[in-house]
Amino acid sequence: METTPGLLTFIIFLPLAGALVLLLVPRESKEAIRWFTLAVTLLVFALSLRLYFGFNGASAGMQFREFALWMPQFGIHYHLGIDGISLWLVLLTTFLSVLAVAFSWVVEQRVKEYMFFMLLLETGMLGVFCALDLVLFYVFWEAMLVPMYFLIGMWGGERRIYAAIKFFLFTFFGSILMLVAIVALYYLHRDMTGVATFDLLKIQQALATSPLDLNLQLWLFAAFALAFAIKVPMFPFHTWLPDAHVEAPTAGSVILAGVLLKMGTYGFLRFCLPLFPDASQVAAPLMLTLAVIGIIYGAIVAAVQPDVKKLVAYSSVSHLGFVMLGLFALNAQGLTGSILQQVNHGISTGALFLLVGMIYERRHTRLIAEFGGLKRVMPVYAAFFLLVMLSSVGLPSTNGFVGEFLTLLGGFAVHIPLTVIAASGVILAAVYLLWMFQRVFYGEPSEKNASLPDLNLREIAILVPIVVLIFWIGLYPSTFTDAMQASVENLIRQVNGDAGAAWLAQMGETVRAVTMR
Amino acid sequence: MTGYPPLPSDIWFIAIAPELVLTLTAMVVLLVGLSLRYRSYTPLVVLSLIGIAVSAGLAVAFWGQSREAFASTVVSDQFAQVVRLILLGIAAIAVLMAEPYLQQKRITFPEYFALVLFSTAGGMVMAAAQNLMVLFIGLEILSLSMYVMAGLARTETRSEEAALKYFLLGAFASGFLLYGIALIYGASGTTNLNELMPALFSPSPEKRLLLYGGLALLLVGLGFKAALVPFHVWTPDVYEGAPTAAAAFMASAAKTAAFAVFIRVAIAFQPASALWATVLAVLAVLTMSVGNLIALAQTNLKRMLAYSSIAHAGYLLVGVVAISNFASARAGISAVLYYFIAYALMTMGAFAVASLMAHEGQESNLIEDLAGLGTRSPHAAAMMTVFMLSLAGIPATAGFLGKFFLFNAALQQGSVGLLLAIVLAVNSVVSAFYYLRLIVVMYFHPAELPALPRPGFGLQLAIALCMIGSLLFGLYPLGWNQAQQAAEGVVRVMQTVRR
Repeated sequence: METTPGLLTFIIFLPLAGALVLLLVPRESKEAIRWFTLAVTLLVFALSLRLYFGFNGASAGMQFREFALWMPQFGIHYHLGIDGISLWLVLLTTFLSVLAVAFSWVVEQRVKEYMFFMLLLETGMLGVFCALDLVLFYVFWEAMLVPMYFLIGMWGGERRIYAAIKFFLFTFFGSILMLVAIVALYYLHRDMTGVATFDLLKIQQALATSPLDLNLQLWLFAAFALAFAIKVPMFPFHTWLPDAHVEAPTAGSVILAGVLLKMGTYGFLRFCLPLFPDASQVAAPLMLTLAVIGIIYGAIVAAVQPDVKKLVAYSSVSHLGFVMLGLFALNAQGLTGSILQQVNHGISTGALFLLVGMIYERRHTRLIAEFGGLKRVMPVYAAFFLLVMLSSVGLPSTNGFVGEFLTLLGGFAVHIPLTVIAASGVILAAVYLLWMFQRVFYGEPSEKNASLPDLNLREIAILVPIVVLIFWIGLYPSTFTDAMQASVENLIRQVNGDAGAAWLAQMGETVRAVTMR
Repeated sequence: MTGYPPLPSDIWFIAIAPELVLTLTAMVVLLVGLSLRYRSYTPLVVLSLIGIAVSAGLAVAFWGQSREAFASTVVSDQFAQVVRLILLGIAAIAVLMAEPYLQQKRITFPEYFALVLFSTAGGMVMAAAQNLMVLFIGLEILSLSMYVMAGLARTETRSEEAALKYFLLGAFASGFLLYGIALIYGASGTTNLNELMPALFSPSPEKRLLLYGGLALLLVGLGFKAALVPFHVWTPDVYEGAPTAAAAFMASAAKTAAFAVFIRVAIAFQPASALWATVLAVLAVLTMSVGNLIALAQTNLKRMLAYSSIAHAGYLLVGVVAISNFASARAGISAVLYYFIAYALMTMGAFAVASLMAHEGQESNLIEDLAGLGTRSPHAAAMMTVFMLSLAGIPATAGFLGKFFLFNAALQQGSVGLLLAIVLAVNSVVSAFYYLRLIVVMYFHPAELPALPRPGFGLQLAIALCMIGSLLFGLYPLGWNQAQQAAEGVVRVMQTVRR
């Protein structure tokens, strides 16, 4: 246990402090505001790297823990910590925040407010991944809605107001019912142990020794799962996503796809599975089915989109289906793949949104039909696009392959027919992405496209780290999976009990073989 | 002297000292105001604030004591102190925000300040009342001052309409209340809330029926003051027509006082809770849902805030329902007390920003008039945003913690509470829609009108206090221990009476 304020506190609240400092900067000095925000996000990223180097991959417990009294009357405390699952999401958040801010140089209107909300958003997201107290988690989870709402509503596209409100209300609806479930859980735990606390670890421990009655578990699971399923989004709760993603400004879409959706999947991993293990197993077939529907449905709808950004948005629904498939396979391969795929999706889809944003800044349209022949006009852009797209398709040696392969492997162990259908989603991904690539980049450039400038230095600097990560994860995933292993095994023990542990030992070998150890 | 009962031996004026101080201050303010006509009201503001501060000091000095006085008709316990302090805080903000607004509106009535003080004193009497007649007196002091305040903008027909409507319906509601008191007296032979117990367990069914009939009428009267559906129809018209500063005061003070009485009555009738809990639960569901649904359709800011205040009365009722169960009574009472604070801060803040829309005698409160406020008056817009987020119950604001405590109490209560908690949750989403719409208009719509006038010092201070409070009470449950002690005290009485 570290003393508060420790490293995590600094990482979480540095952006907030930066946002408050920003309020004092005069709004006319746009350049200063941009550089300052970039410096803050870079500093946060650098600090978060210290988490990686100081992380003990062999331990399944929470690390970098911090504890301080907050509302002792209710057993609500400021309790932070990360394990092998949240570590990657924290790093993903700090990484993507840097890129999102770097891209946001193109924002010219109300720069001060824009950067203020970006920094606020980063604090909210990081808090969600580090909170180990149910109320603290909820505070971050909800508070993060506000900056995102403003980012979409003020700097978004044509239908931004509709999209912003829809985004807010959908998420708010799910989460407020989760709040009721959180309070209910608090009382159940208090009646069981006599200790009144919202501490996640304590409640987890108590429920592990004396599990709740299945019926009760199912109700609570449903309340939590609804909030998370809306966020992921799982079919049929996905309808807010295309609106929000398409209308949001580019950096907003990057953060939305890269990090916000992961908050939903993270919620399943951190809360639903360990707290309600029996309900998770009962609900698994339903969740698997919804995941597979999402994979296929998202892919098919993506294929017919006339707008590149919409295509990428629907591809998210499909990709997140793989994440959920691996997650509810409830085995080592599936879960490892699921977590890895969360990071992958953040990187690849985030990059796709950035690429779409870059071309939109030049042409002010995103319609596929408007483009063509870009390969000749913008060769550097085309090269980057190709790489990122292939990683999104899941070509071997890119990150997408490792993640999708592991989730499918996990799915295969529990439900062969569904997994076979899911696997066809990989092919569909190739169909919609390659077809789009062909229409946008090949052929003769039309008059409007003929004189587009290629990527500038800033844009290349944003894309290079992404490409490095794509191949790093694709070729040497064990850098990432090693640190997850202990936490994933622990999670499986929590979900499956002793039977699961024995089974895990047998399957663990396969995972190691796949991740090339 | 024959024929009169002897004077009670517990005449103890200290028990009502905060009210006395406030009333005296009000009279001084009234007199000083006469000599100040058409000049600055700053001396009145300072005088009123001094009175409020002394009164609050006395309430704090009594902290920890619980004493009955005047033949047990008044009880000065911790619950009374907490409610007194909340009401005094509301009065202080109402006094602070009024001066610039009244000047902009060309309302030249220094009586405003005296009325605020009188009204507050009435509310404080209600909080300390243990006798139904004392309660009635308190309620009338509170209400009569408010009727006048609603009509202060007397050149405007809207304001006149508001005053008349409020007065007529209010008088009607007072009639219900009195009739209820009469029935209760008929059944039990007493008007003291702490002596009702024998009648509640009376073997005669007629007596009990009479008692319950009285309780029902009492609920109607109080429901009117608290603006519960279906006794709410006056609210939007009155809040819209009344001067904005007065509306801010009415919305929070009347609700606080009425709900304080609700709590006292609920405790007195706790043994019959099976009966009223369901009724109140139904009223809560109705009040929350109707308030929020109609608020969705409003185009006038003050009307929207009026319907939102109705919805919040429904939320408060959820806390009152929790009193029906012994296990959750304490949580329910402290949650309601905490919500008083949260509600007062965010609602008065919102009204205070709305009062900026008054300019040189003109005032238009259409939501569309706020278009682009984020660019033309960024500070006002930012403050309003905080109040709206707090009203919607977004974490890190007082509104969130208030709702959280209500959830807590409701889930402890049992199955009815669970149902209410879910209805409350769904209602929060509905309400978020119209609170967000205001943010949409302020930030996402282009500016058409000039910037709002720069608020005077008092108004600035009032808005800043509300905003800081809305955040502070959302980050840390300030005063929760005090609220809990107050609840503890009231519940203990309930237990001893029961024995």
